[in-house]
Amino acid sequence: MTAAQPAATKPPTDSEAGSWTGWVRRRALRNFPPEELLPDSQPVYVASWIYVFGVATIAAFIVVLVSGGVLALRGPVWWHGSDVGHYVNSLHLWSVELFMAFMVIHLWGKFFMAAWRGRRAMTWITGAISFLASIGTAFTGYVSQQNLDSQWIATQAKDGLNSVGIGAYFNVLDFGQMLMWHIVLLPLAVGLLVVAHVLLVRHRGVVRPLPLPPPKAEVPAQATPREAS
Amino acid sequence: MKSGGPAVLAIDLNHPGHYIHWGVIQISVANFVIILLMIAIFVAALLLPFPGRRRHR
Repeated sequence: MTAAQPAATKPPTDSEAGSWTGWVRRRALRNFPPEELLPDSQPVYVASWIYVFGVATIAAFIVVLVSGGVLALRGPVWWHGSDVGHYVNSLHLWSVELFMAFMVIHLWGKFFMAAWRGRRAMTWITGAISFLASIGTAFTGYVSQQNLDSQWIATQAKDGLNSVGIGAYFNVLDFGQMLMWHIVLLPLAVGLLVVAHVLLVRHRGVVRPLPLPPPKAEVPAQATPREAS
Repeated sequence: MKSGGPAVLAIDLNHPGHYIHWGVIQISVANFVIILLMIAIFVAALLLPFPGRRRHR
């Protein structure tokens, strides 16, 4: 470039691009480089069954979402009144059972390995909040069944919820409100939290197991009377 | 209730649940069994060897 060339013709470099899309792209590439976002290998300590339960939870969550989507399309008359409806209804229930069981085992594993170490506090927090949101999603699912079970659960739950002062905003006897919480708000919250959780796992990496205590041979032992003599 | 009948059911669920009472603790047998199973799976996941360990770096 010569000095006579006007500065306005100089194309902006990537780091100078002023639009918000450029800012988002640069941050995304810096925090989530492709090889970190979609790794093809993992550290050796990940080769343990206890590390499987996170992805097992996500697999069950996908089945929950798909079966729930089919139930939403066909409606309660179908899921209570036809053989295929019973099957998809059961698929939804049992995938939720597996989702919760896998998530709790995942939680136990991460708790006992103190998985919040190494600047992973947000990973732990998003996982814990998604667990709480999942309990709310399961609960609103139970009260949206449109059968005696759902009526019984709702009437039992209302007193507890009213006693803590949230009954005016979260009315378990209002079927329409519970259904909307169950199929819109809470799945959206759980889904976004799970995406954030997985991105944080990718960003920080899978936590190392807790270090083993040093072998006893390395600890300077006091001489026994036999060695001293 | 439309049903395939007891013949196709692995477990007959058409009866009140069984409960364990232990002081202030009250839990259904079904939930208790599930919790025991989850603990068993957790312990097995810690102890059982994972296949294909050599492929990892």
